[in-house]
Amino acid sequence: MKFAVIVFPGSNCDIDMFHAIQDELGEEVEYVPHTADSLEGFDGILLPGGFSYGDYLRTGAIARFSKIMAEVVKASAAGVPILGVCNGFQILLEAGLLPGAMRKNRDLAFICKQTQLKVENNTTMFTTSYEKGETITLPIAHGEGNYYCDEETLSQLKENNQIAFTYHVDNPNGSLENIAGIVNENGNVLGMMPHPERAVDSLLGSEDGLKLFQSIVRNWRESYVVNA
Amino acid sequence: MSLMLEPSPEMIKSQREYAAMGLTDEEFVMVENMLGRTPNYTETGLFSVMWSEHCSYKNSKPILKRFPTSGDNVLQGPGEGAGIVDIGDGQAVVFKIESHNHPSAIEPYQGAATGVGGIIRDVFSMGARPIAVLNSLRFGELENARVKYLFKEVVAGIGGYGNCIGIPTVGGEIQFDPSYEGNPLVNAMCVGLINHEDIQKGQAHGAGNSVMHVGAKTGRDGIHGATFASEELTDSSEGNRPAVQVGDPFLEKLLMEACLELIQHDALVGIQDMGAAGLASSSAEMACKAGMGIEMNLDRVPQREPGMTAYEMMLSESQERMLIVVKKGSEKDIAKLFAKYNLEAVAVGSVTEEKMLKLTHKGEVVANVPVDALVEEAPVYYKPSSEPQYFRDFQAMTNVAPIIDDYKETLVGLLSQPTIASKEWVYNQFDTLVRTNTVVPPGSDAAVVRIRETNKALAMTTDCNARYLHLDPEVGGKIAVAEAARNIVCSGAEPLAVTDNLNFGNPEKPEIFWQIEKAADGISEACKILSTPVIGGNVSLYNETNGEAIYPTPVIGMVGLIKDLAHITTQEFKNSGDLIYVIGDAKTEFGGSELQKMTEGKIFGKSPSINLELEMLRQQQLLRAIQNGCVASAHDLSEGGLAVALSESLFGTDLGARIIVHMEAVTELFSETQSRFVVSVAPEYRVAFESIVQDARCIGTVTNNNHLTISHEQDGLLIDTSVQLLEQAWKGAIPCLLN
Repeated sequence: MKFAVIVFPGSNCDIDMFHAIQDELGEEVEYVPHTADSLEGFDGILLPGGFSYGDYLRTGAIARFSKIMAEVVKASAAGVPILGVCNGFQILLEAGLLPGAMRKNRDLAFICKQTQLKVENNTTMFTTSYEKGETITLPIAHGEGNYYCDEETLSQLKENNQIAFTYHVDNPNGSLENIAGIVNENGNVLGMMPHPERAVDSLLGSEDGLKLFQSIVRNWRESYVVNA
Repeated sequence: MSLMLEPSPEMIKSQREYAAMGLTDEEFVMVENMLGRTPNYTETGLFSVMWSEHCSYKNSKPILKRFPTSGDNVLQGPGEGAGIVDIGDGQAVVFKIESHNHPSAIEPYQGAATGVGGIIRDVFSMGARPIAVLNSLRFGELENARVKYLFKEVVAGIGGYGNCIGIPTVGGEIQFDPSYEGNPLVNAMCVGLINHEDIQKGQAHGAGNSVMHVGAKTGRDGIHGATFASEELTDSSEGNRPAVQVGDPFLEKLLMEACLELIQHDALVGIQDMGAAGLASSSAEMACKAGMGIEMNLDRVPQREPGMTAYEMMLSESQERMLIVVKKGSEKDIAKLFAKYNLEAVAVGSVTEEKMLKLTHKGEVVANVPVDALVEEAPVYYKPSSEPQYFRDFQAMTNVAPIIDDYKETLVGLLSQPTIASKEWVYNQFDTLVRTNTVVPPGSDAAVVRIRETNKALAMTTDCNARYLHLDPEVGGKIAVAEAARNIVCSGAEPLAVTDNLNFGNPEKPEIFWQIEKAADGISEACKILSTPVIGGNVSLYNETNGEAIYPTPVIGMVGLIKDLAHITTQEFKNSGDLIYVIGDAKTEFGGSELQKMTEGKIFGKSPSINLELEMLRQQQLLRAIQNGCVASAHDLSEGGLAVALSESLFGTDLGARIIVHMEAVTELFSETQSRFVVSVAPEYRVAFESIVQDARCIGTVTNNNHLTISHEQDGLLIDTSVQLLEQAWKGAIPCLLN
């Protein structure tokens, strides 16, 4: 499986994402600049964390106008797996590929720490390697991860089983219903604030993120076999 | 058009305009003699910043000469953007520490943020990829609103810059003491990684080669920042707010990536950060180091606002700018490289044979001065030094242990002292993990960052207990280096080298200069004995508010090499049943201790003593035991003594400890005697460990009941408490003080 890591000006977790795929998952991966006009040949798209365009105006608000985003939107419609982490999630929200918006953290400060998450839905293409209700540990590192959406959207998220991860026990940023990650209705776009790519190596404290990437590959292979 | 008329040379002289810029009467005469004429306004400005303490080290040069700066592995000592040490396999580590104290005192967020930005530029200007930043901070007691504001904003500023640029903030240290109330210290250290062949120098070689201004435009911010940094703070310092620069970490991220691509370009000749004194110092220093001159047409300098004068452009400290020298004819290629990152690279001048800094603006020569005069011929002062009475008084005191009623309450009290308490509130605001190499994040003795594609890692720390230095600057200086090395060794690394940040008061006061001299002597001796040369650093003098100096605070930044990832060791106890050792015996040494400060409300007496040979021996033995796989955890014994070190070894685990001590209880539990460690060892390694570490004494075992129980052989139970209670006090102290 071949992954694209999209690099926006100010992306800074691109290297983390790249190494998680190449070194720990053992799949093909390439950096794709924000100026590229094609995602042809990529089987999975990764929007990394960072501070695209310095987070000026609003997180993700400028990056979503990048040339590459038109291709990301197309790929989303075609059912390509798309994962946005942290700033990547914020960009997906701004691009309208996921519903809702981000507010500043409840305490108005940047927070970087390990958090406990609950796997709410293990039927998405990103979460099948987890058990439903499983508690995992992933780090967060953000200033604006306080997820918000209106009541109607929230009931849709629940109805369609779109809430993938919630914060367990301690909600670090004040997000609505403890939401840490959501998928789109079609289930091929996942946005999450915690960083699975920072939890793929026991040397660095946690390997709980690896299963997320393994799920993508496994489900892609199965669908590939079925479609072929 | 400039609306304000600049004073003529005659007016500068007759009205002593130079004095407002920081030059003395004698210095102005020196300038006149060097030039053979009276300098104009721009030239006076150039001399005043280049001869400021911040740029010229005119008061500290004789002191800096005392430091050992060479060693087998040192590839670059002091004098360039940052020092470089070989770590094998064709790689090297680049690091430096720098202060941003005065800016942070009046505009804490931007002061701290641009401090981080500046030190990162110093490291990538050497060609290195920055891999980690650390800091060392000092504030007044967290009691009044102003100090709390400074503390919160400095922390936010450090995070704001480091988080955005995507370099993990992996470590640091903070102390609180009234002496820093008006003059906080904000020191930032950056560590980078480089391949030997990529090492760059800030030198302007090759007559005819092009000088290019890259990155942000030059604006009116930070003018005379270097001069401002070389004066005492007073109540009117608020008026210097325009001398504080404003940072843009997003721009620096782009600049960093562009410069790291530039390093690989054949056309690059030299590169230097435009830091203190901006265009003036970067151009003069690059020319001077190469034995050349530079000619610049200031009309070409990218300017943020119209009507800037030559004086303003040369002295601006606008951030996120670099000066580069490239081969003649490559300008377009280079501009294209930077354009890819949406950055400007503009040719503003060229390298000349004649060793002059020659500036033209609007068709006129506005400055024409010898570069050597600006850089190398700055005056050097040998300031008078005198031993203060307070030191003699302290030395005459005898060591006594404070009287304690309740050992447990004392321990809880110590753990709640802001200097000892958990700094989680601070480092949770820093991205400590970005770039996914942080093996040991903040909270242990030293941070550990692995080196990808190798089996090695780097350990790094910043340390300085200024209370000891106040009591005895020479011994305190030794301790600062020894403690840094202890922290490095505890993480499983061999100490490599030091970068130091000498923060002191006004050197023109003989008693302050005495502190500087003595501290430097202590640091030098420790660096020699511990084989950790000083490869660079920074001097920050005049840290005084309304005449009151800070404690002498020479912060030591140290980096060590972990040769095998398996050697990485942390301070937490690992398994129930492991044996707990203390290496080294306690003496009755409470001068400057946390216990003295807590019980007496002030510090006095003699600093703890240190025997550097013994220190070295114990460090070597402990490191050997770690490398042999005998050690489960290792922790430096510092502020608060043994009881605090034991508590810290338990925090974050669900373990407990049962301890029996033998000597006088207050001394055993709370003395800050140096060269000591708390170590845990699995029972199967008992013999091996004891055969390597001579001075280790088994004092107890790790238990699984999450209780800390300390008894005395004769006196019975001293402390019996749940670890949870201790941990709550330790974690809650700083958030509680801030609310």
